[in-house]
Amino acid sequence: MIWFAVLTCAVGCYVLKLGGLSVPPAVLERPVVRRIADLLPVALLAALIGVQVLAKGGNNGQHLVIDARLAGLGAAFIALLLRAPFLVVVFVAAATAALLRLAFPGW
Amino acid sequence: MQSAHRSIVRDGLAVGIATGAYGLSFGAISVTSGLNVWQSCALSLLVFTGASQFALVGVIASGGAPMFGAATGLMLGTRNTLYGLRLAPLLGWTGVRRAAAAQLLIDESTAMSVTRETSEEARVGFLSTGLAVFVFWNLATLAGALAGNALGDPRTYGLDSAVGGAFLALLWPRLTTTRNRLVAVLGAALAISLVSFTASGVPVLAAAVVALGMGLMTR
Repeated sequence: MIWFAVLTCAVGCYVLKLGGLSVPPAVLERPVVRRIADLLPVALLAALIGVQVLAKGGNNGQHLVIDARLAGLGAAFIALLLRAPFLVVVFVAAATAALLRLAFPGW
Repeated sequence: MQSAHRSIVRDGLAVGIATGAYGLSFGAISVTSGLNVWQSCALSLLVFTGASQFALVGVIASGGAPMFGAATGLMLGTRNTLYGLRLAPLLGWTGVRRAAAAQLLIDESTAMSVTRETSEEARVGFLSTGLAVFVFWNLATLAGALAGNALGDPRTYGLDSAVGGAFLALLWPRLTTTRNRLVAVLGAALAISLVSFTASGVPVLAAAVVALGMGLMTR
């Protein structure tokens, strides 16, 4: 299942790239298409953050939990306000959660 | 090589090394999300567009069906189509060259070529950045995946929290306008509100509706 998803995503992403280089601009360069395409990553990335940080559980149903991940996200937010580079942001998020779990096991 | 070209290539290499560094985090997060080393490397080689890769493994990490992850990755990949539209007239490649260049069409290679004045400079910027990122991103993915495999329980190291941080860092540069911030808040709120009622992977896909609605309504 994972391999199938990996290959589907690979083929699809390549077609999306090649399409942009091949299609006559007039077809896709309508303002509304452009706007939606600009907004899609914003909505999806924000949704991914929300689910990644608050959802817990597997395939048989998930629920919302507040745990060390939320603190990690808060730390990442502060790091970004301080203009930290990508890798530092990721590290700060991980380290914050790891340290909290060290102090409060099971969090 | 002219000195202008040399400096473009140097910039491309620098971007490649910097981006490669976060390939390390991708590799580590990918294997701790339930993919194996080969699957992680295949993503970096074949999908080769960071946000889509992080999305796919993120959905799998949260227990979602892999195909929902692929669908989310594809939606994030649509922005490369827009980059292609911008770059096509500037790069002016056709046939096999265009087909080969397409795989290198990502945020970084676009940023480093779209502002060039001549076709020649745009091509140098695109290729040097695209190839440098490709090489370093893939090497780093392999290294990160091998390291991640050796770590044990990812929660001990806060790697589950690192994914949220990575997504926030990817989102950050797009939060420049009020409309984008509103879309981000609404998208996250919609996804979070659906978590308890829908299959994993659905909440994230549902957030696309926010982008669709806002794109249709505003101008």
